[in-house]
Amino acid sequence: MNTTAELSAVSGLTLSQRLVAGLLALILGFVLIGTIGFASDMAVHNGAHDTRHALGFPCH
Amino acid sequence: MKLFQRLFFAAVLSGLTAGAVMAGLQQWRVAPLILQAEVFEQAEAAAPKHEAAAPTEAHDEDGWAPQDGAERIGYTVAADLLTAVGFAFVLAAASVLSGIEVTARNGVVWGLAGYLAFQLAPAFGLPPELPGMPAAELVSRQVWWWGSALATATAIFGIAKFRNGPALAIGAVLLVLPHVIGAPPQPEEASSVPAHLATSFAASTLAVGAAFWLALGPLYGWLSERLARTPATTKAMA
Repeated sequence: MNTTAELSAVSGLTLSQRLVAGLLALILGFVLIGTIGFASDMAVHNGAHDTRHALGFPCH
Repeated sequence: MKLFQRLFFAAVLSGLTAGAVMAGLQQWRVAPLILQAEVFEQAEAAAPKHEAAAPTEAHDEDGWAPQDGAERIGYTVAADLLTAVGFAFVLAAASVLSGIEVTARNGVVWGLAGYLAFQLAPAFGLPPELPGMPAAELVSRQVWWWGSALATATAIFGIAKFRNGPALAIGAVLLVLPHVIGAPPQPEEASSVPAHLATSFAASTLAVGAAFWLALGPLYGWLSERLARTPATTKAMA
C-alpha cells in the first residue's frame, strides 16, 4: 500500500475507483478467454479450435 | 483520460498488436502441425476397428465448422486476437488492483508473470495436445487448467504486492499445489499422432506463447504510460 501514492498512472485515484476499474477489466478478460477458450458450444469450439490447441487450452 | 478508458484502450491496442504477432508465429510454426496431426486423427477415426462404442474425434462433423484454408485461418486469427485482448485485460486488472504500474520498462517482467500463470504452469501438468492425442475427460482438464492458472497468478500477485515472508510462503504453496494435486492423467492409450509432431507442437506452442507475453507486457506498459500523459488526461484529471 505504501508505494501506490508514487505511481503516475494509478495515483490520485481512490481505492474504490481502482477496485471498480480492476474488477471490470478482470471480468472482461475472463469472459473473452472463457468464451474463446472454454465454451462448450460446438460452433464456438470449431471456429476457435486451432486457437485452443495452439494456446494449450484443453480441447475435446 | 479516466482510469478505465485508459486501461481499456491500452488493453485493446496492446492485445491486438501482440495477438497479431502471436497469430503470425502460430500460422508459421504451430498451425501446420495441427493440420498434419489431423491427417492421422482422421485416419484413426476412419479405421474400421472396435470404435463403435467410442467415437474419438467427431467434432469436425458436429455442426458448423470453418472450411479449411482461408476461412479456417481467418477464424483462428480472430479467436487469437480476442483471446489476446482478454489476456491484456487480465494484465491491466492485475496492475490496477495491485497498484503496481505496468511500464514499458517493467513490462517484460509482467509478461513473464502472465506467461508463467497462463501458459507454462498449466502446460507443466497438461502438455499442449494435438488433435488425435488421447486425453482425459475434458471438463476435469478445464477445471485443472483454471486451477493451476489462477493459483499461479495469485501467488505471483501476492509476492509482487506484499514482498514479505508470509506472501512468499503462501505463494510457494500456491505455485506447487496444483502440481502436487496433479492434472487429470492421460489415458494409457497409444496415440495416433507421431511423437515427433507432438514434441514439436509442445515446444512451438510454448515458444509462441512466450513471444506473445513478452510482447504484450511492454506494449501494454508503453501504451498505458502514453495515454496517461496525453493532454486529455490532464484536463480530465484536473
